[in-house]
Amino acid sequence: MRLILSYIGGLIFGLGISLSGMANPAKVLNFFDIAGSWDPSLIFVMGGALIVTFIGYRLVMRREAPVCDKQFHVPSSRTIDAKLIGGSLVFGVGWGIAGFCPGGALPAIGTGSVDVLVFCAALVVGILLAKTLQTRAAANAHNN
Amino acid sequence: MIETAFTPYQSLAGGVLIGLAAVFLMATMGRVFGATGILAGIVAPSSSSDLGWRLALFLGMITGPAAMLLLTGEMPAVQVPVSMPMLAVGGVIVGVGVTYGSGCTSGHGVCGMARLSPRSIAATLAFMFSTGVTVYVIRHVIGG
Repeated sequence: MRLILSYIGGLIFGLGISLSGMANPAKVLNFFDIAGSWDPSLIFVMGGALIVTFIGYRLVMRREAPVCDKQFHVPSSRTIDAKLIGGSLVFGVGWGIAGFCPGGALPAIGTGSVDVLVFCAALVVGILLAKTLQTRAAANAHNN
Repeated sequence: MIETAFTPYQSLAGGVLIGLAAVFLMATMGRVFGATGILAGIVAPSSSSDLGWRLALFLGMITGPAAMLLLTGEMPAVQVPVSMPMLAVGGVIVGVGVTYGSGCTSGHGVCGMARLSPRSIAATLAFMFSTGVTVYVIRHVIGG
């Protein structure tokens, strides 16, 4: 049941990304290129997603618990630190270079595009690299 | 640079579906829909109990383009205006950034902003800013 519902959730997301244009780097980069070939379409993606999620989350969280779990797993940290801001700034540099963000690229794997596969392989390398660095830093901090 | 057409209705429909997917995942699994967390949970799993639903979700995501083909008769366009090395370098940078920044456009930009999380609002402002600067520098400073 958990697997079927998760699959359906992924499918709705993947269809949304496909229709929205977020899987298309040309469109994403044009959104950010206000000084050049500007395409404001992605404002509508973000706007639509935010309005639905803002209202939907409030309706859903009135319940005691989700259907398949005992509790909602919502990030509780409120700390805005250098790691959060630095990481996000770095993410944006990569997004501006490649034109893909993770949520746009993962569904696009289904198009069979080699470009998408190259980006996703590199994305995985980046995630594993950062996880390794974080583990090492934590181990060093523990030893000292 | 590739010109792209302004597609407000299709992008809005895609955005609404992305929002519905986020609400659906919260209602069923009690989880935020972050592409970064889902991918990291597959390539570097921290608990085996969460691997199954994340894989199912991932499979759903990559069937999104086929669902769009069934509905509209067209696969989503994936036009890549950058070189293969830029995709690879950008991918690694995105992977490092989203790991340190604890999320990307879907996790922070949609789910976190919809919860009015101060962390997610700060992260989203940071990466939208650095993406815009990066695109400007590449297209109008270096490329111009």
